[in-house]
Amino acid sequence: MTNTNVTLNDAAVGAPPVRRRGKFAGMLQRSETLRGFFLLSPTLVVMTIGIVIPFAILITMSLWTAIGFGFDTTLTTANYETALEQPVYGALMHRSLVISGWATVATVLLSYPMAYYVAFHVHKNKMMWIVLMTLPFWTSYLLRVFAWKVVLGYEGVINSGLLWAGLIDAPLEFLLYSQQAVVITLAHSWVAFAILPIYVSLEKIDRSLLEAATDLGDGPVARFFRITLPLSMPGVIAASFLIFIPTTGDYITPALLGGPDGMMIGNLIQLQFGPVNNWPMGASLAIGLMLYISAIGLVFLALTKVFKERMA
Amino acid sequence: MSKDAFISIRNVDKYFGKFQAIDNVSMDIGHGEFFSLLGASGCGKTTLLRMLAGFENPSKGEIYIDGQPMSEVPPHHRPVNMVFQSYAIFPHLNARDNIAYGLRRQKLTKQARADKVDEMLDLIALPGYGDRAANELSGGQRQRIALARALILKPKVLLLDEPLGALDKQLREQMQLELRALQRQVGITFVFVTHDQEEALTLSDRVAVMSAGTVLQMDTPSGLYEAPKTRQVASFIGTMNFFEAQVKSTNGAMMNIEAQGLGNLQLPRGERHFNEGEAVQVAIRPEKLRLTDDKPEGDGQMVQGQLRNSSYLGERSHFYVAIDGVDRPVAVSAQNRTRFAPDPTDERPVWLNWSDDAIVVLGKD
Amino acid sequence: MSTESYIRRPNRPLQVYAIIFLIALYIPILFLPLFSFNDSIYVSFPLTGFTLQWYEELFQREPVWAALMNSVKVGAATAVLATTLGIFAAKAITKYRLPGQNAIVAFIMLPLVVPGIIFGVALLVLMSSLGVTLSLYTVAVGHVIICLPFAIATLIPRFEGLDPSLEEASADLGENAWHTFWRVTLPVVWPGILASLLLTFTVSFDEFIMAFFLTGTEPTLPMYIWGQLRFPQQFPSVLALSSMIIAVSFVIVFLGQWINRDAHISTVRK
Repeated sequence: MTNTNVTLNDAAVGAPPVRRRGKFAGMLQRSETLRGFFLLSPTLVVMTIGIVIPFAILITMSLWTAIGFGFDTTLTTANYETALEQPVYGALMHRSLVISGWATVATVLLSYPMAYYVAFHVHKNKMMWIVLMTLPFWTSYLLRVFAWKVVLGYEGVINSGLLWAGLIDAPLEFLLYSQQAVVITLAHSWVAFAILPIYVSLEKIDRSLLEAATDLGDGPVARFFRITLPLSMPGVIAASFLIFIPTTGDYITPALLGGPDGMMIGNLIQLQFGPVNNWPMGASLAIGLMLYISAIGLVFLALTKVFKERMA
Repeated sequence: MSKDAFISIRNVDKYFGKFQAIDNVSMDIGHGEFFSLLGASGCGKTTLLRMLAGFENPSKGEIYIDGQPMSEVPPHHRPVNMVFQSYAIFPHLNARDNIAYGLRRQKLTKQARADKVDEMLDLIALPGYGDRAANELSGGQRQRIALARALILKPKVLLLDEPLGALDKQLREQMQLELRALQRQVGITFVFVTHDQEEALTLSDRVAVMSAGTVLQMDTPSGLYEAPKTRQVASFIGTMNFFEAQVKSTNGAMMNIEAQGLGNLQLPRGERHFNEGEAVQVAIRPEKLRLTDDKPEGDGQMVQGQLRNSSYLGERSHFYVAIDGVDRPVAVSAQNRTRFAPDPTDERPVWLNWSDDAIVVLGKD
Repeated sequence: MSTESYIRRPNRPLQVYAIIFLIALYIPILFLPLFSFNDSIYVSFPLTGFTLQWYEELFQREPVWAALMNSVKVGAATAVLATTLGIFAAKAITKYRLPGQNAIVAFIMLPLVVPGIIFGVALLVLMSSLGVTLSLYTVAVGHVIICLPFAIATLIPRFEGLDPSLEEASADLGENAWHTFWRVTLPVVWPGILASLLLTFTVSFDEFIMAFFLTGTEPTLPMYIWGQLRFPQQFPSVLALSSMIIAVSFVIVFLGQWINRDAHISTVRK
């Protein structure tokens, strides 16, 4: 590579002058941690303004009392006491947990085979399948719930279709405005949150483990329950967590499809901030919901830890 | 700092958290020198190189380049350029734009810039490759582009981080020759990091052998090979036979050493002074031992042993000879000067002999 | 077929299940466009005939256009803000090992799991105690909070795929941090940034619950639709509007995912 007569003996001439830097810049130069937090600081400021401060105010407000259109700012736990004493609050909370529990179980059970199929049996265009399965998730939640209202409505797709086909004489009333309607809609809406983590955990499984299990005498069913399922449990737990937590506090689905029987805690919170206009009560309920969620979150965290330790 | 040192590393320590990567390293590198840092992975050689480039800062000590202290100077103001192990070819730029990357600050006209790049493409023997996209370049071509990209800025020092590691053996040997020729041509200091001892010996004016964050020995390639100062260096560079020994007596410039298996040896005392009665090690390279079936003529140093096995490597063969009083068989390497004929009677008595200057005496470390 | 290994050999029932699953996923949504072309005020079978009247009607409605513009404004602002913040954060998270990093990431990801209603009321309470009048700005603040996790989750795989020696090479060749960012980092992670912009725009554009609590006098498009849902006679035009929103959302999201597809693959492979 040395046919030309270029030489670089004048090396030092073209070099940039050596320069010293300012104090702060020098500190940034030296400390990785400082540089990292410097980059993170805009996000952290926004998150503080958008989450930490609002929560602090929300907690404070939950200790106030509403008087007409104003607040009595004396701190009291009266709202929480009311929430615990009056059965309607507990019942709604309980119902929310049951509904989102069923929705979670349904979503995970229905999504697992799908994730399994893409992980093990799709070889070309895997990406295409994943995009197809998650595409609806990115589009309007409101409109997806609305679509179910169209499907399940009293004169909706199912009822009018069955009537038209002559299979029923009168519209089925249980379809809309029921807890079942809420569960179905929630399960349909949160599929992406189940498929992605389960798919990732299945994709991570070393294929030679499955071959080893087969080699050691397991048939497909035994292999699935002894190897594949246990190894994909972190994905299943993550999926359950990702669906159970947000659906507990869902507002739109019960508002559009639940009717009086399908009302959930989210609707109650909205009522306090809207028509009832008792913000302190609403704040207490929101904090209560948050506490519930944190407790459940801790359970999931512990479960994940147990599973990870068992596999490590 | 010595006067003609171009790069001077003074008492440098580097900690990553609690882990000490560099332990009180000092070294001077001269102007125009091809200097290698050699060691196994994790020995601190790359950390040292990255401190020269400015990507890491010493926890203690100072680095001077051309007389300037570097600790306050960020990488983009240092008069050094680097060829990365992965080459770090910018994937979104073609070969030409990769090479011209660092020229932005020089405010050249378009034409002047293009001329400089063409000059470089000629230098690395890739004329006409300028418009190749990054992903159309082969490993060897990427390596050359990385070189050109650094050299176009006329650095005072070129840093190379295992630049040949990713290439296959044949290409690597060719690139070694080209790299050495290029260094002579451009005449700047090269600091080269490698774990390949053969590569370090082939390329370098001087080599620093590193281990666990310290410099074991800094010497010319022949110095390292012929006169290693410790057992660690001796066994890291090439193969070496070691024998336990003891200094029996010293007499002016000579000393008398009793080595297990080799018997009594009369050797010059050399640079390092050993005391009478001190336990030492005697070392000898396999190719410096001569193996014969019959007892050699004369009264030179010799010993009889039992040939255990041999392996044929083409241009040479390796023999392993058991000697009384030595735990491990002694390795002997011999050129196959005559046509090799496998000998079925591998187990046979043989003689080993050597000349006095083949023997290296090492401290008991 | 015989080329597949034992473990990966085709499973017919599973394949059928997968296809049914996909159909079930899309069918409810597809009823919206189906009935939006139906020549009847009632959303029910049998279909009575093809019409474009609901769409035509929609185009003449001033409030729809106003709401659309509001949503586009909020969406664009949210996308740019969330992605910009996301770039810095993803860079910091992937490049440096920071003390408490996991806790910080978990904190940033909170809006992904915590029910939107909680953030909605919390921000509402903040705005009212600060005396801020609800407007498109307050909606945008809410949207930035819930879009940040999406932006960061999209950007992190990209930044992880960025060979750190590329940035070091740039510094070594004389560029400072700023120019290195513009000349190396940005072009290399560009697909991720574009995907983040598109995805966060869509999330904001379609978002309802934050807007529900934080909108002032100017409604976003989902808020407008919510208002129309009370009137059954408006259903056909809502269907037409919904169909268009869903179609546009699908296209934008698909584009975003497609641009960024290699990042997905690499995340999964890890």
